[in-house]
Amino acid sequence: MREVAVIGIGITKFGELWETGFREMGMQAGLAAVQDAKLTAEEIDALYVGNMSAGRFIEQEHVAALIADYSGMARDHIPATRVEAAGASGGLAIRQAYLAIASGQHDIVVVGGAEKMTDISDTISNEIQSSAADQQWECVFGATFPALHAMIARRHMFQYGTTREQIASVAVKNHKHGALNPNAQFQKEIEMGTVLKSGMVADPLGVFDCAPNSDGAAAVVLCSMDKARKYTDAPVKVLASAQASDSLALHSRADICTFEATRVAADRAFAQAKLERKDIQLAEVHDNFTISELLAVEDMGFFPKGQAGKATMDGQTTIGAKLAVNTSGGLKARGDPIGATGVAQIVELVQQLRGTAGRRQVDGAKYALAQNVGGTGATAVVHILGVA
Amino acid sequence: MDVGIVSYGAYIPRFRITPQDIGRVWGSDGDAMSKGLMIYSKSVPAPDEDVVTISVEAARSMMRRCDVSPKDIGALYVGSESHPYAVKPTGTIVAEAIGASPNLTVADLEFACKAGTAGIQMCMGLVGSGMIKYGVAIGADTSQGAPGDPLEFSASAGGGAYLIGSEKVIAKINGTYSYTTDTPDFWRREGEPYPSHGGRFTGEPAYFKHVTSCAKGTMDRMGTKPTDYTHAVFHQPNGKFPTRVAKMLGFSDEQIKLGLLTPYIGNTYSGAVPLGLASVLDHARPGDRIFAVAYGSGAGCDGFDITVTDEIASYRRDAGPTVAQMIERKKMIDYATYAKYRGKIRMKEGGQ
Amino acid sequence: MTTARFWRDNQTRYNLMATRCGNCGKVTFPPRNVCPVCHRKSMGKMKRFQLNGEGEVYSFTVVHEAPSAFEMQKPYVLAMIRMDEGVMLTAQLIDVEAADVKIGMKVKATIRKIGEEGPGGIIHYGYKFTPF
Repeated sequence: MREVAVIGIGITKFGELWETGFREMGMQAGLAAVQDAKLTAEEIDALYVGNMSAGRFIEQEHVAALIADYSGMARDHIPATRVEAAGASGGLAIRQAYLAIASGQHDIVVVGGAEKMTDISDTISNEIQSSAADQQWECVFGATFPALHAMIARRHMFQYGTTREQIASVAVKNHKHGALNPNAQFQKEIEMGTVLKSGMVADPLGVFDCAPNSDGAAAVVLCSMDKARKYTDAPVKVLASAQASDSLALHSRADICTFEATRVAADRAFAQAKLERKDIQLAEVHDNFTISELLAVEDMGFFPKGQAGKATMDGQTTIGAKLAVNTSGGLKARGDPIGATGVAQIVELVQQLRGTAGRRQVDGAKYALAQNVGGTGATAVVHILGVA
Repeated sequence: MDVGIVSYGAYIPRFRITPQDIGRVWGSDGDAMSKGLMIYSKSVPAPDEDVVTISVEAARSMMRRCDVSPKDIGALYVGSESHPYAVKPTGTIVAEAIGASPNLTVADLEFACKAGTAGIQMCMGLVGSGMIKYGVAIGADTSQGAPGDPLEFSASAGGGAYLIGSEKVIAKINGTYSYTTDTPDFWRREGEPYPSHGGRFTGEPAYFKHVTSCAKGTMDRMGTKPTDYTHAVFHQPNGKFPTRVAKMLGFSDEQIKLGLLTPYIGNTYSGAVPLGLASVLDHARPGDRIFAVAYGSGAGCDGFDITVTDEIASYRRDAGPTVAQMIERKKMIDYATYAKYRGKIRMKEGGQ
Repeated sequence: MTTARFWRDNQTRYNLMATRCGNCGKVTFPPRNVCPVCHRKSMGKMKRFQLNGEGEVYSFTVVHEAPSAFEMQKPYVLAMIRMDEGVMLTAQLIDVEAADVKIGMKVKATIRKIGEEGPGGIIHYGYKFTPF
């Protein structure tokens, strides 16, 4: 297998992008990444697009060819493939590109991720997100995506004594990071009281425990390591790409306080990268809900089970600590345009490893990790990147 | 062959509203209504309850109380005037939900408030003739009264289910007699959301004439008199009518006490006599004799003469909730909640 | 039209039908054709049976922001219930005050309307749970 590097990144602002449609967002992020890599269109071998549900959000399927077309590549007839794994669509699209290059099939692949979620009402948008869970045996009975995570939160509190404040501290910390990110949907710090007093969504989770509905797109250019130096002096190496799955319905698991798919994917990734947990300086994890970040850092072995709440509250995952988690603001503050999220995580890691993350720069960042989750942990994708 | 009740079950929704709360909204004297109708509260179905769920609950309770295999049920009838669908049966869903499908005959009955007892008569015929081993008859309703109409003070929800057979009968049905005329005191046309009624015409020429005629006809045929019965159950659109008709016929307050539920849960329509009879059976002892007359507006009356057998001593009444327990298990709601639950608030079509 | 999609599972939703692996005894709900433990060894040995309808609350939430089909019921209690047979399922808890719900609470199955396809559409029935 060949080594793979990231040679270009691009991202739109995340948020309610009233002026920008799906295809424009995809094109903007894609062109920015291609420009960043100083590529010409003819050099691109393939396109992968991470997207969860354009069919339901904007009634448009077949979006990979659409993005290729609007990025000006229709006449190049490159293979364009959509990848879907709910919230993990973006991370999985990156993994598909990684595999294509590592296998020797392609040399240069562009990966885009995009979702346009605000052209429809919040209620419908939320229903679409809930379809990442088991429609037939969870949603039909009244389960929503927040409700399923609320049950995880309640069980975590019951099993480990995690407090409401500890869970809320994830949102406080991620808003603090988001305030340093010019592309974030929310660039405003919040206080603990704001989270605790926010309107209830699914008890115990309130509005500020949930990532917002967002529009946005992100893109990266992957290249075989042997060719990467031709395009950049600072390629970022993909040290590991791992993926795991689990039962679709949360109720089919023995323990809902652990996402086994995350644990397994992380173990595989660390084995591939030949790194220890302590080697990682920053991680972008899938905080679609506050409780999800606690599960993520516990399941990947950064903190013992049940200890992440206290650690987060104590500032052990804030920029400046040994492990900075969600320096971009995470899904909570940067925004969560579903298909774009996994790609945006990689964009953040690359900026940090290049040392171009501005006010939120993690000093001496050498190794970084991204964890991207689909559904309530039915798909998990973990990537580890490092300075080449 | 002795044909009778092998098992029974009842169901009453948990929500209640008082006549005072209804009167307050419509500017009528709720206290006077309560006193005039002898109704202190009425049951209200939850938004997720309907005749199907009420029937299944009652039927499951009925099945839990006996050892009859659902596969031995040869007929199932659901009597109601509030079937959830205008076209598509209720009974098939009930049959599936108690595991009786597919080898049985099923039909929905709509025959004013006596559709449930009509089902009992049909089962008696099928069992008595040897065509089936067991039959199920259910009477259930989630009745509607137009907002502000006097009917709104009484129209409620509930139902009872009866397993009719000839083995291990807990209450033998000695005889049944129906008295039927065309007397249009209450009706609802297809597509209309609320029923209409003939006001005071529903009294003397309708309820009282039919109930007394049917009661007398039943007792004449059985050679009995009111004092031969331990308990009596009459159709009960309100608390007043059955009390008065009992007195007219010579039954005492004591005899009708156990079967008179309308003061606490309102008028459950097709569920009224099935529930009243269930309440009596909850307390009945071997040898008790029960008199019951169901009435349906414009449909006439069904009279029953029933004797409780020794089987009731070993019958597992505890396997299902008693009527008294379900009357006690209640949550009061205000008119706004009631209006929302009963679909009386005009909503935006098609949602968001 | 989702009529057939729902009809297919009516038996399971009405009567809590599950499967038990004839090889290892593991219970699965909803019914499966292959045991997640025994895989191929379980083929043709998955036996259908009815759960007894009783279980206890494993976790729960009170849903305040509801899908449009559940607007009339909000806020409602949703729970994961561990059935006596060991399997877990997700369902609404009804006839209970949210403040009284506790992890470990004993509950039993009942039947209710779980949804309908608009005022003119098919009505779906299925399990919800009530406290003992």
